[in-house]
Amino acid sequence: MLSHMLPISRRLVIAGATTLTMLTAAAAQETLKVGLVAAMSGQSAKSGEAIVRGLTIAIDEINAKGGVLGTKLELLVRDDESNPAKGVVAARELAQREKVVALFGGLDTPVSMAIVPFANQAKIPFMGVWAAGTPITKNGAPENYVFRVSAVDEIVDVALVDYSVKKYAAKKPGMILINNPWGESNEKGLKAALADKKIDYAAIEKFETNDVDVVPQLTRLKQAGADVLYLVANVAPSAQVVKSLDRMGWDVPIVSHWGPSGGRFSELAGPSAAKVHFIQTYSFSGKLAPKGEEVFAALKKKYPEIKSSADVTPAVGIANAYDAMHLTALAIAKAGSTEGTKIRDGFYAIDAYDGLIKNYKKPFTSANHDALGADDYIFTYFKEGEILPLMN
Amino acid sequence: MLITSAIISGIGLGAMYGLIALGFHVTYVVSNTVNFSQGSAMMLGAVLGYSFGVTLGWPIPIAVIASLLLCGMFGLLVERTLVRPFAERGSNAWLMATVAGGIVLDNLVLFTFGKEPRSFPSFLAQKPVEIFGAGVYPLQLIIPVVGIAAALAFHLLTHRTRYGKALLAVVQNPDAARLMGINVRMIVAASYVISTMLAGVAGLLIAPLFSVHSEMGVLFGIKAFAVAILGGITSAWGVVLAGLAYGLTEALVTAYLGSSYTQIVVFSVIIGALALMPNGLLGRAAVNKV
Repeated sequence: MLSHMLPISRRLVIAGATTLTMLTAAAAQETLKVGLVAAMSGQSAKSGEAIVRGLTIAIDEINAKGGVLGTKLELLVRDDESNPAKGVVAARELAQREKVVALFGGLDTPVSMAIVPFANQAKIPFMGVWAAGTPITKNGAPENYVFRVSAVDEIVDVALVDYSVKKYAAKKPGMILINNPWGESNEKGLKAALADKKIDYAAIEKFETNDVDVVPQLTRLKQAGADVLYLVANVAPSAQVVKSLDRMGWDVPIVSHWGPSGGRFSELAGPSAAKVHFIQTYSFSGKLAPKGEEVFAALKKKYPEIKSSADVTPAVGIANAYDAMHLTALAIAKAGSTEGTKIRDGFYAIDAYDGLIKNYKKPFTSANHDALGADDYIFTYFKEGEILPLMN
Repeated sequence: MLITSAIISGIGLGAMYGLIALGFHVTYVVSNTVNFSQGSAMMLGAVLGYSFGVTLGWPIPIAVIASLLLCGMFGLLVERTLVRPFAERGSNAWLMATVAGGIVLDNLVLFTFGKEPRSFPSFLAQKPVEIFGAGVYPLQLIIPVVGIAAALAFHLLTHRTRYGKALLAVVQNPDAARLMGINVRMIVAASYVISTMLAGVAGLLIAPLFSVHSEMGVLFGIKAFAVAILGGITSAWGVVLAGLAYGLTEALVTAYLGSSYTQIVVFSVIIGALALMPNGLLGRAAVNKV
């Protein structure tokens, strides 16, 4: 009987890889198309929704002023299901069939890493608005078409280490990292940042997205003498770490990358969620600058389910996407053309843009494709479902 | 402390795998088919429990019963539409059909329940109690009890009751069973109902320790199938034992070697165990009569 059973697992794997198609029927009008490849379903679906909202608000503003190069912008969205292979297929389809002039990426570093070689080869600008993996923009290609308005792991890691030393006087931090390329990118970054400060780390532990119980890993870190934990994972697995810490009764400071912002972290992790201090590029809470008020009002108008700043989650997705879309439109306008190479040079030619996150001055150069730097990060925490900035 | 917490974590998770794997066992001994949407049935139990108990605010016992009944109906639907039409024609296409059924359900839930993982609070998973220096939620202690009780109940059912004997007669010779007045179709359908309800129980039990979302069952379904094979899918005890062994190995490897080695070691152990015991831990060798 068992021999009958064996082919099953193989079929199971094949079936698991079966694709689900997403569709976006585009009206065939004369528009300038931009494409988004992001997670619109699955655990990180909320991130895709946020990016769509940020891009849409920006596109509405641009179109209200007549569009770019006299043409209105149109957004095409494809679901990568957090799967790199599907991301590449979607990027190809958008570039080759839909002829989009620029691509935007989603939350998953592995997906963006898979799209980078295609974008560089096809000479189509690829704008990252969330995924923070260092090598996405620093990809070593002789002709680099990848830009980003988001956090960058290696800079985030320096900020995490700085914060842990300043706030908690960390002497022997431990790392609890998700077991994927994003975790790896930060392992490198954190090690380098710690080495710069001549701080030894206690231990490094990895865990999986669907791990229910992280106690074994955390117990190892505790026994290694960790006095602060650096956490790198998306919202659901981050919550599992907090719940496991609660159960162990280990009250250790947690300094985190921005994973918790991707969903209902305070609901998933319980009251201890507030102990996790995590990095953000933007927050809609508190007193906003005029630009922030303006975007917030537009969001409330366009998406009636947004009532307070607690509903604008994840704020980083919206804010990064909003600024990235405006910068891309400026680059196309500077280029005076929809040709990839000219748009790339258009990015370099942007002098200033007064954006939502900051006032950008020369955001991109041929040596630097990242618009945000260490000074643009803030530390935040969750309070009853709302992301609030921490005063350092 | 390291070892106590690893053992308790391992037994709790292992019992979960065992419960879902028991569902594979139930349909297999009755009909030689399995439901590859077991992982989705587990997710369905958790999602329905959340929707009834948290969103609609029903009393928990009623929410649990309603969820399990609906899980059972899902099992009935799977058997009637995804298994029977193929199995009766001697085709193996139910394999693909049940996998597809699971994917359809996962995505239906994604669109109706929503994209975000939600938290299912339970008073059994709020205050940890301390056992040999390790913090444990009462729920983690209940899970293995439920798992072992389910295996025991099933063992007694098949070995001590007429109904159970009828179950086993069906798999040995469906035609002869039919001639003896046993309603074969009904028994096969009942086995599917039981199997999805077991998965539903697993889903409801794990939900407070985990988060509720449409994909939560995928990995559990795959691991539970590995457990079913490891235990010898024809033995209820073997399956539960294998579940516990799997969970324990997973937790101990993580605790002592580090998480990078968990999957490598655990699945190598499974391959090794199957090479030594091709019929699983407690499974009997199959005889194919020609």
